[in-house]
Amino acid sequence: MAVARASRPRLGVFKLASCDGCQLTLLDLEDEFLALTGAVEIVHFPEASSTMAPHGPFDLTLVEGSVSTPAQLEELQAIRAASRVLVTIGACATAGGVQALRNFADHEEYIRAVYARPDYIDSLATATPVAEHVSVDFELRGCPISKAQLIEVISAYLVGRRPDIPDESVCMECKRAGRVCVVVARGQPCLGPVTHAGCGSLCPRFARGCFGCFGPKERANTAPLAEQLRAGGADRPQIVRAFRLLTGWAPEFRAESERHDDD
Amino acid sequence: MTTIDQDDQGGSGSGSERTYRVELLSRVEGEGRFWLRLDADGQVEDARLAIFEAPRFFEALLRGRSLHEVPDIVARICGICPVAYQMSATRALERALGLDPPTPGLRALRRLLYCGEWIESHALHIFMLHAPDFLGYASAVEMAADHRPLVERGLRLKKAGNALVEVLGGRAIHPVSPRVGGFSRTPTVAELRALRPTLAAALEEADEVVDWAATLPMPALEIDYVFVALASDGYPLEFGDELAISGRGRIAVDDFLDHFEESHVAHSNALHARLKDGTPYLVGPLARLSHAAASLHPRALAALERVGLALPVRNPYRSIVVRAIELVHAFAAALDVIDGYDAQLEPAFVEPPRGRSPAGVGIGCTEAPRGICWHRYRIDEDGLIADARIIPPTSQNQARIEADLVDLAPQLVLLEHEAATRRCEQLIRSYDPCISCATHFLRLEIERP
Repeated sequence: MAVARASRPRLGVFKLASCDGCQLTLLDLEDEFLALTGAVEIVHFPEASSTMAPHGPFDLTLVEGSVSTPAQLEELQAIRAASRVLVTIGACATAGGVQALRNFADHEEYIRAVYARPDYIDSLATATPVAEHVSVDFELRGCPISKAQLIEVISAYLVGRRPDIPDESVCMECKRAGRVCVVVARGQPCLGPVTHAGCGSLCPRFARGCFGCFGPKERANTAPLAEQLRAGGADRPQIVRAFRLLTGWAPEFRAESERHDDD
Repeated sequence: MTTIDQDDQGGSGSGSERTYRVELLSRVEGEGRFWLRLDADGQVEDARLAIFEAPRFFEALLRGRSLHEVPDIVARICGICPVAYQMSATRALERALGLDPPTPGLRALRRLLYCGEWIESHALHIFMLHAPDFLGYASAVEMAADHRPLVERGLRLKKAGNALVEVLGGRAIHPVSPRVGGFSRTPTVAELRALRPTLAAALEEADEVVDWAATLPMPALEIDYVFVALASDGYPLEFGDELAISGRGRIAVDDFLDHFEESHVAHSNALHARLKDGTPYLVGPLARLSHAAASLHPRALAALERVGLALPVRNPYRSIVVRAIELVHAFAAALDVIDGYDAQLEPAFVEPPRGRSPAGVGIGCTEAPRGICWHRYRIDEDGLIADARIIPPTSQNQARIEADLVDLAPQLVLLEHEAATRRCEQLIRSYDPCISCATHFLRLEIERP
């Protein structure tokens, strides 16, 4: 048993500012979970185990959440130093997450709005993606991440290849699935043309427009989409809000929202 | 970031100070630590549950967002119980908009979605987070080496709950269909009927989980709790306009702030909630069962009677049995909704009335797996959120958890230091604390110098 354990790759799972949903996706791999724990040695995963080894070393580290306190920045640097491969999981870790909306606002005002005693709160003015602070080997998108893509990423690193995660738009997924276009048929605003695929075009399947959980796809052409939203009746604040939600701090979405922000 | 600090106050023998401390609580959602310090006479000097999870300022970032974006935003408060936030928010906003009460069909679908969340959350806690304490393992993974069928059962039941959320909401975490007014898409009869065999088999298994949980060795601890739960026309879950408080009758959900208050303490990023007279209270499975056992589904009531659980349950460790009973309730209630479902019966989405100003205030409260989740929103003339206040279950339980540690203290001096520390952690875990939820909440009254 001890020999077998020593030979398995060592996995670490960490969280920064987040909802825990992306690391929960590991436990949501109900059919694969026990096979996974046979293939890797989980050496640090506080949500699942009281046995902890935060200093690693790790062959593969999954980091959820964005950097939003001074302590998290320090912790992240230690995690990077202890990790051979570091993969960020989810919209918080890859784009700042919904809490990155504070980056557009007055931080002091935020703390005062939320807490009666601001002096008890230790928080950075911004919530930022992990890759702004340390080198990241792969960014897995989503709010939350997709189970199938998580399995692909872990499997790929176990055998030493790059994960095969297509960089295409939700719109492409949606068309291939033969769904009714919510923009054409219902006139609903939809970020599908500029949003990274991975959800299986979930929102159109549920009769609503995409709201950008997976962040911008590469070379996302946001300006024509903003124009299309405007033509559909959206005013400037609505366009700002459309690009500025779960992945609003991602550079392409940030730039587009700032083009329409009068403040 | 050590897991356990051994007593650094001069050993664990009698006649000296003792400190029990865990720097990063494991098998809970989010980041917290606790310490319990006893003086040389065994008297409690300090008992703290410290939540150091980074604040995310939800109530601030909700301001200026459209009321229709709220369900998507508040879901992100918690990856384990996003439905709870969506259900409390939609209830509050619909009350503000005059869309309340929901039609019976809409209520039933929301109950079904919520049952899915209760199932995945309770199964996760019972098997993956809590059971290792009772059986002496660090994790479910280690437990699986000796009890593989048990862990497989937990994963199977959790999967059945997630399957329900996926059919109704598209995905298990952060479902996309719940809207203010109803659902963006409702399931077909065939989609729901297809779940029936899985849920029916899971219900039989859940009955066995109750019997198994009742045989677990329970540490002795009896606490005189003030239980607070939603009061409803059935077992408290997706709907209710009153709260039941032990020994104090009922209050309107709208009057919550007249009876409870939150305070900000230096050691925690979550606000502490207490009754106005300072009494800590308990929300969650024990509170619901205490107030509403008679409203359990007959299947769950039968399980309760079979294991002979005396009510009210005052031993926090025994919450694992109560969660198992609620698991039976959730499976049975879900099957009832599916059997009665007729997609043609009535619309499951209601548009806010046109021509009426959306401005107003709405309050909504539902039962998250961990207890009542209370929301209040003020909406402006443009349909934007002017202010938001959210009081999640774990911040309400925080003061009670600290008081429990004080009540536990006399037993600890009789235990080895590490066993005593583990006992404290097991007690905290019995609340199924959801620390990522508890953190982001804020009061809006601003103290200025």
